[in-house]
Amino acid sequence: MSKPRFAMYWAAACGGCEIAVLNIDEKVLELDAHFDVAFWPAAMDVKYKDVEAMEDQSILVTLFNGSIRTDENEHLARLLRRKSKLLVAFGSCANEGCIPGLANLSPREQIFERAYTSPSTENPDRIRPQPACQVAEGTLTLPPLQPVVRTLDQVVEVDYHVPGCPPESHQIAAVLDVLIAVVKGEAQLPPKGAVLGAGNSTVCDECPRKRDVKRIDKLARIQELPPLATDVCLLEQGLMCAGPATRSGCNSRCPNVGAPCIGCYGAAPDVLDQGARLMTAIASVVEAQEPEDIDRVLDGLPDPAGTFYRFGLAHSLLRANRAALAEKP
Amino acid sequence: MADNTQQERVGVYVCHCGSNIAGVVDVQSVARFAAEDLKGRGVVVARDYTFMCSVTGQELIEQDIREQGLTRVVVAACSPHLHEGTFRGACGRAGLNPYLAEMASIREHVAWVHTDKAVATAKAKAIVNGAVERVLRNEPLEAIRVPIEAGTLVVGGGIAGLQTALEIAEAGYPVHLVEREPSIGGHMAQFDKTFPTLDCAACILTPKMAAAGSHPHIQLHTWSEVEKVEGYVGNYTVTVKKKPRYVLEDVCTGCGICIEKCPVLVVDEAHDAGIGYRKAIYTPFAQAVPNIPVLDPDTCTYYVGGKGGCRACEKFCPTEPNSIVFDQQEERITLRVGNIVLATGWDLFDARRIHQYGYGRLANVFTNLELERMCNAAGPTGGKVVLRDGQTAPARVGIVHCVGSRDRNYNNWCSSICCMQSVKLAHLVKERTGAEVFNFYIDMRTPAKDYDEFYQRVLDEGVHFIRGKVAEVSDVPRGPDEQGPLFVQVEDTLAGLQRRIPVDMVVLSAGLEPRRDSKAVGKTFGIACSTNGWFIEKHAKLDPIATMTEGVFVAGCAQGPKDIPASVAQGAAAAARVLSYIRQGELALEPVRASVNEAQCSGCRLCNGLCPFNAISFIEERRVTEINAALCQGCGTCVAACPAGAISGSGFSNEQLLAQIEGLLLDVARVPEPA
Repeated sequence: MSKPRFAMYWAAACGGCEIAVLNIDEKVLELDAHFDVAFWPAAMDVKYKDVEAMEDQSILVTLFNGSIRTDENEHLARLLRRKSKLLVAFGSCANEGCIPGLANLSPREQIFERAYTSPSTENPDRIRPQPACQVAEGTLTLPPLQPVVRTLDQVVEVDYHVPGCPPESHQIAAVLDVLIAVVKGEAQLPPKGAVLGAGNSTVCDECPRKRDVKRIDKLARIQELPPLATDVCLLEQGLMCAGPATRSGCNSRCPNVGAPCIGCYGAAPDVLDQGARLMTAIASVVEAQEPEDIDRVLDGLPDPAGTFYRFGLAHSLLRANRAALAEKP
Repeated sequence: MADNTQQERVGVYVCHCGSNIAGVVDVQSVARFAAEDLKGRGVVVARDYTFMCSVTGQELIEQDIREQGLTRVVVAACSPHLHEGTFRGACGRAGLNPYLAEMASIREHVAWVHTDKAVATAKAKAIVNGAVERVLRNEPLEAIRVPIEAGTLVVGGGIAGLQTALEIAEAGYPVHLVEREPSIGGHMAQFDKTFPTLDCAACILTPKMAAAGSHPHIQLHTWSEVEKVEGYVGNYTVTVKKKPRYVLEDVCTGCGICIEKCPVLVVDEAHDAGIGYRKAIYTPFAQAVPNIPVLDPDTCTYYVGGKGGCRACEKFCPTEPNSIVFDQQEERITLRVGNIVLATGWDLFDARRIHQYGYGRLANVFTNLELERMCNAAGPTGGKVVLRDGQTAPARVGIVHCVGSRDRNYNNWCSSICCMQSVKLAHLVKERTGAEVFNFYIDMRTPAKDYDEFYQRVLDEGVHFIRGKVAEVSDVPRGPDEQGPLFVQVEDTLAGLQRRIPVDMVVLSAGLEPRRDSKAVGKTFGIACSTNGWFIEKHAKLDPIATMTEGVFVAGCAQGPKDIPASVAQGAAAAARVLSYIRQGELALEPVRASVNEAQCSGCRLCNGLCPFNAISFIEERRVTEINAALCQGCGTCVAACPAGAISGSGFSNEQLLAQIEGLLLDVARVPEPA
């Protein structure tokens, strides 16, 4: 009997998810042992037309990382959906937009303006990338940017979600073990829509730091604070930590080494909007008698959108800047 | 979102509320919309009716539940605050779980705030649509039943609190009456006569004080304050701080020898409003209840002059053992009560704040309370009205109304009693001294029984009433001919001219203010104050005694300025509310409560300090937060704050709220989907 097909694809993302998969070390050999790797552009040379030629549903599982930013991303999302039995949104970008999703704060024109003509860019001729460009050899094309970044499940139906930026290697290995067990007939598939490779609580659940009743009277960036106690909740020490609103599963890696959780595992179970949750939670415990007290605490947060919605903007209730949402593709 | 809403049968009832709603909203159109457009959402009956809250209206619902097999009910009418109970009751009687009914507020939220009929009707439809979507996701809930402790805590021993305590005690239930001063009686004990009948305040108050002092069901805790309140309706645990009296309460006979022998005279800022004296060991007044003195360590020579000085009170105390205990400590006692009545009263507006009226600067400017004490036969002047020199009777007296009240620079509210109080004081001054009395008023407010008759009587007695706000009280003559010694500068708005009235004495009718610590006291008891500082009642008209915290009631001036009859009525009303709770034996609490999903709780402790009802505790061993369902009042603060989404509020699930919001957005242009 031939091995079931496996695919992995990299849309609008940094590539970290690909590295994370390779970080599972020799476990990757088990992947090869149980699957026929049919499509994985980062690892092997297969053309889109080869995928297009495959029969529908002929890939058992596709790990799709990256958000949907360009027409090409969308094309591949739809193509892989058609060809795969199980489509897995893999990593933060595919699930909630992640850092690329923060571009949803601006319409495309502003993004191009910022990227190609702001003072930080050396571009005296104000050249901008074009969807099509004539050169001596013929026409070169680039996939056009869509008005906003979307998550995979805003474009196609998704079977499973693996959160994280990137997903932790031990969690990837665990997900792989489940898939292999299913292939071997030793396990049932998890219910559709399940979140795999993560916990069911929040980062605080795994964080060993001691915590008390919260009352926040200041927030500051780590370099502005005195040396922090190593065993006390970072939030209580004035550091904006997203741990309380972020799904568990990473073994609280960042707080363990004194860095605040930045929220990469996304919203906790049953939470619709991680940023809104975190914001309401923090707002609830700000120690303020007067409006000025609130301002003072908020002044410690130079980038609220980027702090609360660092990972989740594209999948939040607001999703994007209204002007950007209203744009024609 | 999984949609399990297909099999429900919904009834929608649109109330006209006479013309309250139907005058602005096309109610037939709303009912038709529900019947036709929402058929696909399970609406099987939609009716409009003149008054849904009437018996006939309720029967319509009950009949439809029975005959049409309704499983959900939406009543589009007024607000849940007013009639949710009514319609839940109707559902309950017809065998439908009461929590499967929802109200759509199309009166307060639509009819009363719009004039354009088309817009109002469209909005009413959206609100009904939202309510239908929400009710489809409601779950049946069961009321939480808790037993009720029979004891009641009454805070404040003024006339309102006394009335409450006596009514409850007479019904045979225990009352703990906590009073911060050494004696019960409150402000009324300071007054001489009461308007409009001029009966002596002490004569009508002291029998009630004595009755409370000796009642087998009333335990007095004077010179005490409530420090902490824990628990919930029916089951409050209250910690009372008993300040040291330095006198053994159960030994002292109240003979008064210690007071007589005490050599230290102190200005009595409390009972005598600063114009009389008391001793360092004292009872505030002769009829004090309990008749046990209290020793003031700030003025007593034993403490002030180095340990061991004087000790006259101890030497002459005839009791065995000696009642004087110089090293008495404060004590804390714990009370278990089912209900709490706050009758904490008022403070007098500080007339010094209005500098141009001269109180505290010009000797013969008095407050109404000082004059009350002077008029009182047991007061510092033995009932004589005299100038600050203590002997001269005034020949001309000006009484200024609305001092600090109805004044945007101080307090906006009308203190409600000052007109009548000023008229009464005018009468008393004229009676005692024969002086010419001028009352300076903005408007006369004499609306209660026999009040205006009393005003007419005092007018007939020859007291002058000048309509105008006093600009200034001055002691500086404008020329060598002007005879003061004081001048009241006022615009007489009826005569249309500026007047300058020379007088010997000015009395400032200072207004009523909330107790200076009312906000902190409110916090202790878990109830809110208005921005002004008066305690907020549950409903300004229909529930003026209850508060938003079940089992905590307010009576008397703590809720807002009022006269003695109104305070007594509120005191009695609070007792009736408490007795009805006690008689029920157990209480059905709203099942809208928050609960923690322990698997999802990470123990981050963000919610731990937020609960206004102290329902949240942290379980250290399991590192999770727990919510006491009986303490929880369903306010939702913790639900909103929980960053993990681990706390949910029954009756307010995300599914319900989001479905309702989507329903409300019926006609709002959708944000376009990007391709």
